[in-house]
Amino acid sequence: MSLLDYFRSSKKNTASQAKERLQIIVAHERRRRSSPDYLPQLERDILEVIRKYVNIADDQVSVTLEKSSDELSVLELNVTLPEDKRG
Amino acid sequence: MAKIIVVTSGKGGVGKTTTSAAIGTGLALKGHKTVIVDFDIGLRNLDLIMGCERRVVFDFVNVINGEANLKQALIKDKRLENLFILPASQTRDKDALHKEGVERVLNELAEDFDFIICDSPAGIESGAMMALYFADEAVVVTNPEVSSVRDSDRILGMLASKSRRAEQGLPGIKEHLLLTRYNPERVIKGEMLSVDDVNDILAIKLLGVIPESQAVLNASNSGQPVILDTESDAGQAYLDTVSRLLGEDVPFRFLNVEKKGLFKRIFGG
Repeated sequence: MSLLDYFRSSKKNTASQAKERLQIIVAHERRRRSSPDYLPQLERDILEVIRKYVNIADDQVSVTLEKSSDELSVLELNVTLPEDKRG
Repeated sequence: MAKIIVVTSGKGGVGKTTTSAAIGTGLALKGHKTVIVDFDIGLRNLDLIMGCERRVVFDFVNVINGEANLKQALIKDKRLENLFILPASQTRDKDALHKEGVERVLNELAEDFDFIICDSPAGIESGAMMALYFADEAVVVTNPEVSSVRDSDRILGMLASKSRRAEQGLPGIKEHLLLTRYNPERVIKGEMLSVDDVNDILAIKLLGVIPESQAVLNASNSGQPVILDTESDAGQAYLDTVSRLLGEDVPFRFLNVEKKGLFKRIFGG
């Protein structure tokens, strides 16, 4: 490691940031591409129903449809509920 | 049987036309009868890059509309015996291309040529869709930069679902990744995505890596496809690319920084 590298290492490497961000967004968009057109609307509807009971943000619900075989597709619903503030 | 290869990217300005010109010229250099078709209706530029802009009389849309025949519209390259260009029109009507017309022209070209290179416009509108629809193979031109990589992935999705091969249930379009404007120095500094990074994300076969090079601008300034500048790094990288496209096994070059000087050896870099 040279003297210059010592100072450089304090900065976060932007190429690795780019890679991480791309991996996430590309995976997300690929999933969306392979899913049926009704999924975004389904996601919004589910969000509305949950909001009748709990106040959650848009990004706290994720709906994915995975085709595990020709006959079987699994609809996965992931809801992050806010911390319980009772009492 | 002619092979139809689309040069595409999604994002603009990454080097599609430079690549179409280079690959088409390279295939002709290797003895294959090749035509490069400009699909960028309204923004014709392949003619400039190929240096034949003053010889355009009829264009692709004229042929589709029956206002001219292929022989009249094809421009024969002055440098190479078996290289031709079919220019795009400058009409504002971007829907001038339609599947039936494009198919008819491609079929007619296929009778006479070994390779048909389709230079796609940027974006995902009808021109870009027409350029990829009939393709057998695709060269996806990508810069090591976030928006380009994302758009390339988008185009890969289109290739897999919106092409004739996909619609007819035929084996899919063969996809190749061409990384352009690559700067090994910046990669080493951690300022640019590396070949491996882009490969990890897009996961398609790497066809070539073209280094960022002065030669590319010089070539377009003078209307000479950069592959004819055999002294230059970019020209040589394109020659390697064409060899790989023809199935040859050629090692990748220009991925690393040239040897270090004294200054760099002391201070790193």
